[in-house]
Amino acid sequence: MTAHHLAQFNVGVLRHPLDDPRTAGFTDMLEPINKVADGAPGFVWRLVDDGGADATSLRPLGDDVIVTMSVWETREALWEFVYRSGHLDLLRRRGEWFVRPDEADQVLWWVPAGHTPTLEEGVERLELLRREGPGPRAFTFRDDYAPVRAEAPMRAQA
Amino acid sequence: MEDIDAIAVLQDPVRRRLYDYVAAQGHEVSRNEAAEAVGAQRTLVAFHLDKLVAAGLLETESRRLTGRSGPGAGRPAKLYRRSAGERAVSLPPRDYRTAADLLAEVAEAARLDAELHEAARRQGRALRGGERPAESPEAVSDLLADRGYEPYAESGREDGTEDGAEDGAEDGTAAGTVLRMRNCPFHALSERYPPLVCGMNMALLEGLLEGSPGASVRMDPRPGSCCTVVEISKNNEN
Repeated sequence: MTAHHLAQFNVGVLRHPLDDPRTAGFTDMLEPINKVADGAPGFVWRLVDDGGADATSLRPLGDDVIVTMSVWETREALWEFVYRSGHLDLLRRRGEWFVRPDEADQVLWWVPAGHTPTLEEGVERLELLRREGPGPRAFTFRDDYAPVRAEAPMRAQA
Repeated sequence: MEDIDAIAVLQDPVRRRLYDYVAAQGHEVSRNEAAEAVGAQRTLVAFHLDKLVAAGLLETESRRLTGRSGPGAGRPAKLYRRSAGERAVSLPPRDYRTAADLLAEVAEAARLDAELHEAARRQGRALRGGERPAESPEAVSDLLADRGYEPYAESGREDGTEDGAEDGAEDGTAAGTVLRMRNCPFHALSERYPPLVCGMNMALLEGLLEGSPGASVRMDPRPGSCCTVVEISKNNEN
């Protein structure tokens, strides 16, 4: 076990509501792709709502903004899932379902192994990335920050 | 070693054959296998293989083929595979890679996925020239090979552990033929901008194979190969 795991938080602004037929291509892929994630090498944890299947009902950033958050053993494990599994096909078609983002829509950060990030933490890291650009506490796949300076959650209390 | 020197190492015809052979295999190649494949003496083949390693065109790894170890296990066999590194020479010097990278960066930021994919589909059609659509699985495989994809037919097994014949398209199952591709012609870009570039590649293949009976293109990413597969269903092929 490594001392640090990589957390990921991602937002997407829906073009149409989740139950709209125009979003069906996306919602049809959710279950199989979440299953791939759960069984992927290096997968640790992902955020689910009270329904327990996915996080689509959690809307911390607006009614039309859905989020995902997950934790992985390594950066490579997350990369392989995001870009080299069935998930890639979802990304290929992202424009059909999601509005083009005009700022960062995904943030990565290191967490101590065993730590489960809260939704608030994910939002904070994304805001940090948007505000200050990539750094050791909030970065993207374009960057390569080592977990040496990883720290406890930004706020001691949730 | 500079790219031009590394490429010049292939001028020797035996080395060229060895490189082509090793590069075309889906597995690591021993000296014995390579010697047999090119019909040359083993010591000569070992010499040339190591020249290719020194040039950075092949990579090597030592492994005991039998899994034995300790005294009596014998020396580990040296195994060869194509290097992951890319070599290119342009005379006069050109730098399309940097241009492609910049264009992709901007296209990604602007999310020009749909526009790029449509352009790629048109380009795929154009690449076929005036030729009629590839009719047979063999013709589809040849078309892909011409574009550098290194296709091979996969057997019907779901997990893909049993790969089919090297020259492709011969051992289709009852359901048809699945062509996987060992090489991604856009490798470096596809790693930097996966949704954009893998989608572009898929659309290009759709254009290239448009009208080919029973042929369909879909994404099925696997580590170390092209993210796209071509399926040719048997029902429609005649």
